[in-house]
Formats: sequence, C-alpha cells, structure tokens
Amino acid sequence: MTESTISKSYKRNEDPRLLTGNGNYIDDIEIPGMLHVAIKRSDYAHAKINKIDTEEAKKMPGVVAVYTAEDLGDYWRPGPLQVPPPTVIKGSIFHARPLECIAKNKIRFSGEPVAVVVAESRYIAEDALDYIYLDIEPLEYVGDLEKSLDPGAPLIHEDLESNLSADVRQEVGSWEKAVAEADLVVKKRIVTKHVAGGAIENRGIVIQWDDSFKVLNVWATTQGPVPMRNSIAKYLGLMENQVRVMNPDIGGGFGPKIMSSQIDDVVIPWIAMKLKKPIKWVEDRRENFLGTTSERDQVHYAEIALKKDGTILGVKDEFYHNTGAYNPYGMTVPLNTQTHVISNYNIPNYFTRIIMVFTNQMVVTPVRGAGRSHGIFVMERLLDAAAKELGMDPIEIRRKNILPPESMPFRTGVIGQDFVESVLDSGDYPGALEKTLEAIEYEKFKKEIQPKLRAEGKHKGIGVIMFTEGTAVGPYEGAKVMVGVTGKVNVVCAYSNQGQGHYTTFAQVAANQLGVDIKDIEVVIGDTGQWQWGVGAFASRGMTLVGTAIHNAAVKVREKALNLASKILETPKEELELADGVVRIADLPEKFISLGELAMRANPTRGTVEEGMEPGLEAASYYGPPHGATGYGCLGLILDVDPETAKVKIERLVIADDCGTNINPMIVDGQIHGGLQMGIGEAFYENLVYDDYGQLVTASFMDYLFPQATDMPAKFEIKHIVTPSPLNPLGIKGIGEAGAICVPACFMQALEDAFEGMDLDITDSFMSPGKLYHYVQKAKGA
Amino acid sequence: MTQKVKVAITVNGTLYEREVEPRLLLSDFIRHDLGLKGTHVGCEHGLCGSCTVLIDGLSSRSCTLFAVMVDGSDIKTVESLGTMEKMHPIQEAFQEKHALQCGFCTPGFLMTTVEFLEGNPNPTAEEAREAIDGNFCRCTGYENIVEAVQLAAKKMAAD
Amino acid sequence: MKPAPFDYYAPTSVEEALDKLTELGYSGKVLAGGQSLIPAMNFRMARPTALVDLNKVKELSYIKPTADGGLAIGTMTRDSVVEEDIMVNERYPILVKTIKHIAHKQIRNRGTFGGAIAHADPAAQLPAAALLLDANFKILSKAGERWVKATDFFIGPFMTVLEPEEMLAEVVLPPMPANTGASYQQVSRQKGGYAQAAVISTVTMDGSGKVKEARVALFSVGESALLASKPNQVLAGQVPTAEAIEEVAAYVAKNECDPGTDIHGTEEYRRNLVHVLVRRALTDAVQQAKK
Repeated sequence: MTESTISKSYKRNEDPRLLTGNGNYIDDIEIPGMLHVAIKRSDYAHAKINKIDTEEAKKMPGVVAVYTAEDLGDYWRPGPLQVPPPTVIKGSIFHARPLECIAKNKIRFSGEPVAVVVAESRYIAEDALDYIYLDIEPLEYVGDLEKSLDPGAPLIHEDLESNLSADVRQEVGSWEKAVAEADLVVKKRIVTKHVAGGAIENRGIVIQWDDSFKVLNVWATTQGPVPMRNSIAKYLGLMENQVRVMNPDIGGGFGPKIMSSQIDDVVIPWIAMKLKKPIKWVEDRRENFLGTTSERDQVHYAEIALKKDGTILGVKDEFYHNTGAYNPYGMTVPLNTQTHVISNYNIPNYFTRIIMVFTNQMVVTPVRGAGRSHGIFVMERLLDAAAKELGMDPIEIRRKNILPPESMPFRTGVIGQDFVESVLDSGDYPGALEKTLEAIEYEKFKKEIQPKLRAEGKHKGIGVIMFTEGTAVGPYEGAKVMVGVTGKVNVVCAYSNQGQGHYTTFAQVAANQLGVDIKDIEVVIGDTGQWQWGVGAFASRGMTLVGTAIHNAAVKVREKALNLASKILETPKEELELADGVVRIADLPEKFISLGELAMRANPTRGTVEEGMEPGLEAASYYGPPHGATGYGCLGLILDVDPETAKVKIERLVIADDCGTNINPMIVDGQIHGGLQMGIGEAFYENLVYDDYGQLVTASFMDYLFPQATDMPAKFEIKHIVTPSPLNPLGIKGIGEAGAICVPACFMQALEDAFEGMDLDITDSFMSPGKLYHYVQKAKGA
Repeated sequence: MTQKVKVAITVNGTLYEREVEPRLLLSDFIRHDLGLKGTHVGCEHGLCGSCTVLIDGLSSRSCTLFAVMVDGSDIKTVESLGTMEKMHPIQEAFQEKHALQCGFCTPGFLMTTVEFLEGNPNPTAEEAREAIDGNFCRCTGYENIVEAVQLAAKKMAAD
Repeated sequence: MKPAPFDYYAPTSVEEALDKLTELGYSGKVLAGGQSLIPAMNFRMARPTALVDLNKVKELSYIKPTADGGLAIGTMTRDSVVEEDIMVNERYPILVKTIKHIAHKQIRNRGTFGGAIAHADPAAQLPAAALLLDANFKILSKAGERWVKATDFFIGPFMTVLEPEEMLAEVVLPPMPANTGASYQQVSRQKGGYAQAAVISTVTMDGSGKVKEARVALFSVGESALLASKPNQVLAGQVPTAEAIEEVAAYVAKNECDPGTDIHGTEEYRRNLVHVLVRRALTDAVQQAKK
C-alpha cells in the first residue's frame, strides 16, 4: 500500500497560478464587444415609486440601453425562494417574500436596484446614472426590530398584516417545569450586531448568449453554481444544459456570494439575450455595502434557570431576527441560532422562539458563522451572568454543565437549518476546555498575574468560552473522478471554491485511493458544463460532502482499475497495488500497467464488451449525510485594556478545536486563522450602522472598519483535538466558521474580567472603545 | 467632447504609449488597457491595497491615481516577479507559509513586500506586520503573511 | 466607483500652473498627490470641473535648509520623502513621528506635504503639525507671493485662506528651539486610521527646570486643526508639575476643542480622550525636553 495522502500539509496546487497574477477572477474576463452595466440604486429606504424617467440617460453617447422594472414587462417577477421554509417544524409561520430583482412599485431598502444602464464602458454607465430621475413618495422607515411589529408600524409588504416574516417555536422538555424547579432564573436582553461578508473581491457576473448554439454562458462569483444555473434556466425558459454557469477564481465568499436571484443573475441574462451582446457587471465596494446581503442583527430575550450549584435546568430564548426587506434565504440563519444556543451543554429543558421581522434594510443571508455566533453569544453570556449571580467561577459553571464524551452522539431535539434534528455527533468537549485552560495558564493568570497587575492599576482580563460549529449539512453533493489516457486524474464537481484550497484537498482525497501524485490531479470546481449536480458552498460543507463523494468515487475507480489490470496482468486483484501512477503486482513491481494505459483500454473502440460494462476509468458518486457534523472548541483570550482610553489589545489568543480528520492540517489552521480574524472584527471593529432614515452610514472602508494586520494578536495559538466524525468514511467535520463563531462571547467575558469588581454587564456582541468607556463610566456610577 | 491625453508609461520594462481619458484610473489602465490582470481592485477608495503597484520603486495604490498622473513613470506589477515555473522568493515564501487563500489580495501584498524588504532585509515579526498593515486580507488572519514576509527575507538573503 | 469627467491640465512649471489657475478661477482645482481627492471623486462626492495637476512641476518638490536653521519644504514633496529626509529627522523628529501616523506607506508615497495642508482636513496630521511648529506658508499667484502663518491659514473644515487662483507653494518651518521635547499622542480605532482624538505637543524648557514655552496642537476634535492656548498660559515660567499639567489637560478638553459624536464615539468619550492625551503629551514632552 502506498503512503497516505490524508492528514498531510501539502503546499497548494493552485498557489503558483494565483501568486503570479495568473488567477482568472470575474473582472479578468474580457469578451470582444462586451458591454458594461451600472445599477441605479435607491437613495431612499422606503418609498412608493411613481415614475422612473430614463429618457435623458438613454440619449447619452455610449449608452446602449436603460431598463427599469416596467421595461421588463412580464419577465419581471419576484425571485424564487432560495431556501424553503421550515415546514417540518410544527406550527411554524413563514410569510415568503422573495427578492424583487429590481424594484417595481415600491422601494424597500436603501440601495435597492431601480434601473440598469448598459453602456460601452463602466465609466459611461455610471455617468448615465445621474440622468435617471426618480419620482417617488418617501415612506416612513422601519429599522428597529422590536418596533417593527408595533401596531401602526408602516408595512413593508402591504399585503401582510404586519412586518412579521416568520414565527417558529421549538421546545425540548418543559421550560415551565425548569422554572418551577429552579433556585435561580437569570434574564438578559442580548443584542447581536450587523456585519458584512467583506470579501475583498466584490460580486460580479459576465453573460454571453451564443445565438448560434442557443447556449447562455455565465461566469459568476456565485457560491452555488447549480442552483444559479437552474434558476436562470427557469427564468429564461431554457433547458438546464443551455445554461452553463462557471466559477472563475473567486476572491473570497464568506456567505453573501451564495445569494442568487438578484438583479445580476435575473435581469442581466435577459438583457444579454435581448441585445445579443456579452455583458459584464462587477459590483463596486459601495454597492457591495449597500446591496449585497449581510447579517447578525438579532435581539434576544433570554433566560436561564439553574440550581444553586450551577446545574442548568433550562433555557428560554425568544428572539427577534432581522431578515431585511425580503426573506429569500428562508430561515437558515435564525435556525442556526436556535441549534447553537445549546453550545456544549446539557440543557434538559429548552424553549426557543424566532420572531423574524421585515425591516427596510438590505436582505439578510448567511455570513461566515451564520446564526451560530449569535447562539453561542447568548448561551455563553447567560452562563457568565448566572455564574456572577451564583458567585461561581465562569469555568466552574461550564465544567458543571458540559456534555461528557460518553453522551455522544447527543440528540439535541432541536431542528436545524437542514430541517432535521441537530445531533452533536462526536467529540471530547471537556477535553477542549481543559486543554485551553492549560495552554492559556488560566489558574496562574487568575491567582498570580492578575492580582499583581490590578495592584499596579493595570486592567488585563481573561476569558474562556466554549462553542459548537454545526457544519456539513445536507442535502448532498456529488463528484466525478476520471483517470485520463495520460494517467493524470480529473476530479470534477459543481461546488464552488473561494480560497478554501479544494484544488489541493480534493486532490489529496482522490490521490489517496489512486496512488498518483497530487500534482497530477486536476480538480474542476464550479462548472455546470462539466458536472450537473450539487448545491453549493455554505455551512462549511465542502470537504465533508464533496470530499466524501470524491472518496467514494475514487474507491469505485480504484476497483475498476484493479479489475481491469487483474485481467490484463492475469493476476488476482488482491495481489495488485496502485502506486506511482501504475497498477503493479505487489511482489513483482517490475510487472505493471500504467493508469493511462488502463484508461485507454477501459474505453475500447472496436470489438464487444461484457453486459453491464461501464466505459472509462471513471465513476461518479454522491454523498448526503443524515444530519450535519458538529465541530466544537474552546477559545481563551487575554485582553489588555487601557482604562483611560478604553483601547483594547489582544495579548493572547488560544483556541482548541476539533474538526475531526484534518485532510490538510496547514489549510485547517488557515481556516481557523481567517475565521478568528472575522470574529475579532465582529467583536471589536466591524459594524454596519443605519441612520434614522435607513441610510447605511458605514458604506465604505473609511467607516466600516476592516480588521488589519496590526489588529490581530501576535499569534493564534491553536490546539487540535481529533475525534473523527462517525458520519463519513474520512471522519471529517467542517472548519470554515469556527473562528468566526467564538470571539464575541469570549471578548466580552474577558473585558468584564479586566474590570472585575465592577459590573460591566455587557450584553452586546460589538464593543468599540467608545462604547466600553461608557460601560465603565456607568459601572463606576459616573 | 471627451478629452484624451497622451501618456507614455513603462510597465514591467515595456513602454506603453496610449491615449487615455484623464479620469481613467491607473488600476483600470493597467488591467483593462494593458491587460495586466494580476493587479486587483477591491475598494476603489485607497483602503484595501489590492491594487498596490510600485511606481518608480514606491508602493502606491493604483485605484487612487489617474493614469495621466504617472505619465513618464516606471511601474512594476505582480507580473514583474516570478513565473509559475520559477517563482520569486517572496512568492515561494507565500506558498510555503500558506499566506494566501483566495489569492485576490495577494498581488498587493507581494508588491508591498518587495518594497519593504528592499529597505529592511531582515525584519522582525512586528516590523513585517506593520509593513503589511495597509493591505486588507479577509482569508488568512495575516499571521501566515507575516511569517511569509520573514521567510522571504531569509530566502532573498540566501540567494 | 468611477470618477465623473473633468478637464485636465498638466503644467510643467509654476508659472504655467498659475496661468491656468487664474484662467480657470473657481472651476479649477489643484491636483497634488490625489490621495484624498481621488477617493472622493470615485464616490462622486467631489466633481471638480477642471484639475490642474502639479505632478509634473518638479520645481515644487524639495527640502532646503533655511538660513536660521529651519527648513523649507516644497509643496509637492511626497510625505514619505519628508519622513525619510535626514535633515527633517535631525531637526524635527516630531514631524517624522507625525507623518508615520498618516495612513499607510502606500498613501505616504503619493500624498504631498503641501497638498495635505491645503486640503485642510480637520482629521489630518499635517495641518496640526504646521500649527504646532509655527509654520509659515508661501502662497503664489500671478499677482506675486504672499506669506501666511499657519495660525491664520485654516478657517474651517476643508477651508483655508487660499483663493482659487492661488497655490500653496512652500512651507517654512522655523528652527526648533534648544531644550525642546515633543510628543505625539493619538487614539484611533486602527493603525493608520482617522484619529478619534490626537494631540501633538512641544515643550521648551528654560534650563532651570521651568517651562519656557508649551505648545499643544490638536486634530480630529474640531472643525479644523487647533492650537490650544491654555497650556502655554499656565505652564510658561512654571515648573511643569503633574498637577499643573492635569489642570491644563482638563481645561483643554473642556474648553479648547469641539469633538462631535460619531459612530465610533460620543463627544463625552472624545473629550475624555483629549484630556488623557494632552496630559500624556505634555508629560512626555517635558520628559523628552529634560533628556
């Protein structure tokens, strides 16, 4: 048997291309005669449209066409619901209001598209935007989650009775019973804040209608090529194979690039077919802030019931969730919140209710950590508040309630984003906690270091919290593995890669079965012309779902190769091995046949074949798990706060994480690093702020603070735990979102610890120095 | 009506003479007029650093300059470094340290690093971190980039 | 995010530039480094009709010693050139420290010394540094030259005494007195980002432990860069005790700045920052002066 290619830090296959300027991103695609699009966006957050006058814009030199919703005629219709409602949860209410690709009678958020200009250059297209005149009647803006349901609140969708978008309740055990038995019930109002995906590359699309072959070529930055292909085909009345969606290299996704059925993939294809001209639209940064989806906006009314010794009896969490002006992405985000409130703990009685509301803000869809960060924040803050009330150490209360390894798999009883019960499949939760405490020297810090610092007037604080990361949800992904006549291997899927390293990790999985160099494996990702099936890149599911499908396909190809070689070499299969690109007799290595030769023979061009024979050294496979795999971990932070200016420095960061088998440990660490950066951003830098009229105040990097190199700690100290998931043959769990889930809860605990003795009582997931200053002043009684 | 201005700009050793609109951003000139796609555009307001190029040896944002402003200058972009077959030591270091994920911001980091290591051939981690502070990366958390800058320095000293 | 069209002129001499500015009047605008103007144009928040690009006027880029031991800096000298200049480093280390806080290297490589002063951004470093160092500005127009002190130059946010046909041509820094210490103190959300409050200070000691002159410039906390008067009133001729410095800091925070509330901090928080930073700056400058 050859050496395993799993759990090895191979350098990435894709890097030489990306490092030398040979990447091919959406804006790099040029087609002769290509036209350019600029989108007129509403400056108002809520308004009735009387008329949009595009006459002057149309007359400008270089402008080819201008379209409004009126001009689309019957083609205009609200987009499909990208994610279905959670009908499986009994009693759930969901008012589907999918996205309008371009506003028709009404504007529902600032930045909503109202007209499209097609011109010879982007410069000219932007010039024309100034000559489109809107006759509108401004309406009152709805932005406050709780007040959005007030009787008399202006209606965002007039055909509904209120701005309620959905109401979903789930209960495990009985919260009433927990309260009845409790010694203590702690209540908090907890708020999580709005952040952007913030990929450095903005969204974009290039469309080319081939009128002779009747094929629509689409290059898009989408995280879900197959759903986008299907939706474009349906809109335009084409067969799926007439629409080819291709991912170029994508400059980061982080969630928002999953959203389709927007102006770019609904209206621009229609225009391209009408004009019979290739068209490019690449979003600029201002549009990205205004028009691209984002999330994290929730208000929780949470309660925890406990015994005197700190044992949790129950949790109740009713929360408002902002879905923005429409709800095309169903309830993925708040359902994640419901499952993640459980975190690492045994909560016998749990009542949770989502009150999802429409507001005049941009649409909410997942951003890395989607919904999970909020759930963890609520639970971990509740535990800290309870510990304070009980006079317990925050670590003790966690030790008391943490799920032991023998409780795995742990059925939570709560239905998640994949519409099945969330199950914590595997892991050593207490192990992660203890490992983190040891690495960050918790005891020493609390007992020796902190008292000394406090005496010197210094404010350093420590925080340690637990988290789970629901990953790798269904329904399914698929892949095809094929050995070519050159002996090189092709792995094809219609997933989407935004930098996760799939060109390398997918190759590692295939190489492990086929005994070829990973450099000889060409991975094709996100081309519906080469592979028809799949769902998309979200919920940290690529390695687990596509990786497993590739593994299964590669096992079949291996079998095919061995069977054929066995015949040719006249040797029983069991005596053969695959290595170095050949099948050889294990004991007689000079007797071999190359994979390329086998591939040739597997596709005979004359003669006859056996019945049931499938040609080629090729196999396809699909994988869909019964439920997601759940990663978990523990984060520890030491923060140094200047009490006069409230400036905060991260002195140490330790994270213990378990994502099962690490296919490529280097890439796993990279995912943790990137997630942590977003988590640090969420806790301390990034915040989308709307003013009282629904204008986004933070629509540039001057106001929306993007985490920089000097904002990070000097080192991300990572401790690995590997508990293979029992759900798939490679034992993988996702890792993409771990770091983006855990930081705010830990940050706030550490800040409170830095001011121990004062009751800061932080219940907000975003804390700027300016806010921290006021928390401290308030606690001082100033 | 549209005024055009003649410019003569050397990019990666080749002199390009073109007529451009005064408002044409240098980033668009490099990418779309010259077809050098390695320079990326992330924000067009001078914050993210993806479009960083060297102008007469000095790192600059190409999205906050008009092409006409650098008439007569000598510009270097990522294409001036190594090739896929033979990468520049900085590029090798970025691969070895996994200092890129999506790769979109990477050319900006590389050009910033070229200038930085010329002035500081043996940086501490802290100096390397400060040097890349004006470039945004959403994927890596920067730690591996800091290490790559230091590794590149070692590689270049050994060359 | 592409700028609106404009007419473009690229003079190669000061004389040509002044001709063009006179001809264009209010419709003309000087383009120097472009690091503030071009982002604003990309957002189409600024839409100048015509730009007079000074990048080809090589005679405006220089750093020259003056007879009295100061320096004269040409308006088009890049920030990074000033930052790395040996004479600037010897004579005005505080200016070097200040420039290092301007955004990032890529911006300083293009941004110009005079451009930042003429732009008069209330959150910018160089107008405050000019006030602190008591700079004198040479202003040229076709009618000739006039000199304006930094203290008379800034009249509001992005507003100066410059007329449309004029250009700021040179900044003259008087020599730094002996026994002077200086300090730069800033709180910003991120390195290279806008300050929420910032203070630059120089303290000159008289040799007997008393303050000869204390200067405190502030920025990002008012409608323009500010020079506080209280510090010198209180400290000149006095031993700079911690109590005296604290009194001055409290006074400046309360009476000599005007920070507003924004998304990053309240007025109260930012006044507190001024208080802390003035105290730290003066304390540090005194220490430096004693060295």
